[in-house]
Amino acid sequence: MIDFEPTQEQREAVDIAHKFAEELFRPVSRHYDEHEHENPGEVIDKTWGERNKGTLALGLDVTACLRIEELCWGDAGLFLCVPGPGLGGAAVFASGTKEQLSRFLGDFNEGDPKWGAMAMTEPGCGSDTSAITATATRDGDEWVLNGEKIFVTWGKRAAESPGGLVVVWATIDKSAGRAGMKSFVVPAGTPGMRVEKLEKKLGIRASDTATLIFDNCRIPFDNILGSPEVKKAVKGETKGFKGAMATFDATRPVVAAMAIGVGRAALDFVKETLQKQGIEIRYGVPRQKLTALECDIMEMEANYKAAKLLTLRALWMMSQLQPNNLEASMAKAKAGLAVTKITQKAVGIMGPLGYSRKHLLEKWMRDAKINDIFEGTGQINMLIVARRVLDYSRDQLK
Amino acid sequence: MISFSPTEEQQMIVSMAKQFANDEMRKIYRQCDEDGAIPAGIIDTAWKMGLTSSVIPEAYGGPGGERSVVTGSLIAEELAWGDLSMAMHVLCPALFAYPILEMGTDTQRQKHLPVFCGEEYKAATAALIEPRFSFDPYSLSTNSRLDGSDYVLNGEKCYVPLAADADALLVYAAEDGGSQAFIVEKGTKGVEVSERERNMGIKALATYEIALKDCRIPKENRLGGEMGSDFCRIMNCSRAALSAMAVGVARAAMEYSRDYAKERVAFGEPVGSRQAVAFMLAEMAIEIDATRLMTWEAAWKLDRKDDATKEAALAKAYADDMVLMVTDRAVQILGGHGYVREHPVELWLRNGRGFSAFDGMAIV
Repeated sequence: MIDFEPTQEQREAVDIAHKFAEELFRPVSRHYDEHEHENPGEVIDKTWGERNKGTLALGLDVTACLRIEELCWGDAGLFLCVPGPGLGGAAVFASGTKEQLSRFLGDFNEGDPKWGAMAMTEPGCGSDTSAITATATRDGDEWVLNGEKIFVTWGKRAAESPGGLVVVWATIDKSAGRAGMKSFVVPAGTPGMRVEKLEKKLGIRASDTATLIFDNCRIPFDNILGSPEVKKAVKGETKGFKGAMATFDATRPVVAAMAIGVGRAALDFVKETLQKQGIEIRYGVPRQKLTALECDIMEMEANYKAAKLLTLRALWMMSQLQPNNLEASMAKAKAGLAVTKITQKAVGIMGPLGYSRKHLLEKWMRDAKINDIFEGTGQINMLIVARRVLDYSRDQLK
Repeated sequence: MISFSPTEEQQMIVSMAKQFANDEMRKIYRQCDEDGAIPAGIIDTAWKMGLTSSVIPEAYGGPGGERSVVTGSLIAEELAWGDLSMAMHVLCPALFAYPILEMGTDTQRQKHLPVFCGEEYKAATAALIEPRFSFDPYSLSTNSRLDGSDYVLNGEKCYVPLAADADALLVYAAEDGGSQAFIVEKGTKGVEVSERERNMGIKALATYEIALKDCRIPKENRLGGEMGSDFCRIMNCSRAALSAMAVGVARAAMEYSRDYAKERVAFGEPVGSRQAVAFMLAEMAIEIDATRLMTWEAAWKLDRKDDATKEAALAKAYADDMVLMVTDRAVQILGGHGYVREHPVELWLRNGRGFSAFDGMAIV
């Protein structure tokens, strides 16, 4: 049955997450924006504690994404400091064996805060993830990783904090193209993996975005996710690459959920400000009677709603074990662009209040933009949607 | 629990409507548009499917199915995918019957609902829109005045579908700063139906202007009697219906231009393999799905009897823009071929353009 009512459990999850966002994130939001790379210790400790009680579990389901929207309503950068298996964990979930799941994630929630990261982008390739040059060479019972990975979200925390993990994409056979591309789990502190630098960014400044260097980094043979075989013979068979893409189907709606949290923060700020001025938005009145301001607000609200519903659908499909490649990309493309526009519009509408660092609105505009870039740019997601709509292969639609 | 899956029963009704749209409506829609007429046969066939009458309670001669705005929206999308004029014609009696079903007094229901339970299509309609650019359903120029035991209606209406054939219509008029509905039966003095309107689109649907000149109706004909009716809910149900129809029209245009883009070769490969075209299609698909989900949410709220004013207004406004964007792009993707009447996309653009002017012209 078509239904938009969250369960009692989901409503409670939202309330708890909202309280965290409001009481823990918002008061320090500006501080960590202006003190980039400073460790938000209190946020990490408190969210870790809650996570392990289950109240802030951040998985890949509808409930988790409702939580994520709230937390990112509080602060998207601080949300990206919340400990957990993250994108690295998502990759393990998507293509790991049972044994690997228990080995890498079994006691992830025990002890001190831990992070998981995914290292895919390189200086020479971003969206074109099949062009990666990092290598994994087999040496007896081990893989030897070499290469440079950039823009690794959670990179420093995952690589350095004990118990963490980084999922690294590398090729085991360059001549095999996509088929040679595999993912490997590198535990935190593995010799040969080091943090080269932390990026200084437009927004989400509390989040650590690292460059990781792999210099003869040795990991056990069975840390490879998926098969170590390269299947070159069959045309179109690109399993390793598909593993990466399956991960994206799961994680893109999560990023979309982050996006809509930032968008709603801006929308709420604008609406509250107008309310204080006694300006009401009149819904259902014909367009020619509305003020330009009302038209703008309604457009922002409609776009927020459109993005949110597409996101919920993609997540719901995943929970029903339905293939959601098309819907995940639809949600991500829409949400990334929608909140970029919503927050920019909000800054415009609020005039001096929007542009001033006294308020958080300008920060949300900067934070929002990342959602149109990471986990697949808006354009890459449009490309995926277009291929699905036209039923075209990669070669038919480049 | 959040879910996006229609019930089995809904899926059955949708596939029936889909089949009808594909097998019957799509065969003749161009001819209907050119002729400005819809053959009675197809309307009767649609009527026999019980899309409108199935929700009339047994007490009034109907099968007593459950009325659901969600189900209605699903049906409306499919029919509009077939053809908007025919969809509006088929669903037109609901403009009269559903407000009475939901908000009429028992006497009003007894009197007016049984006629819709027969085998044959019964034309009935509603008059809401007024011929002025500043038209606002919540601030109507048409007014009602109580005079003894009668209401006296005065004003002008336009876009009244099937007004010439309808046995009864609901006239919306201002009353104490709000809007209320009044039942006006065929032959009532003071109702003047004009010549048929000529519009940019929905050409196959017969619409009319109506003038109400001291039109007297008995006091009992006020919808809901002394209690009156919930005009806001009627508007919201209508906006859900129109949004669903916009999704149907847009989907038709997207599918057609997508198939064309895969066939049409330029510079040695199908135009669909160029990002300039492919990205247009991707955005069309995303916005169609987004609008459908917004429509469902508004409809779902209406089924729960919650206030859906905001959801319905946002969905309708979004749908108005979306259907224009999508149908315009469909024409663009076909290029010069999109502009000629050999292909349907120009028809869908003309029909799609209408939604921003349509309010209260369909209900589910």
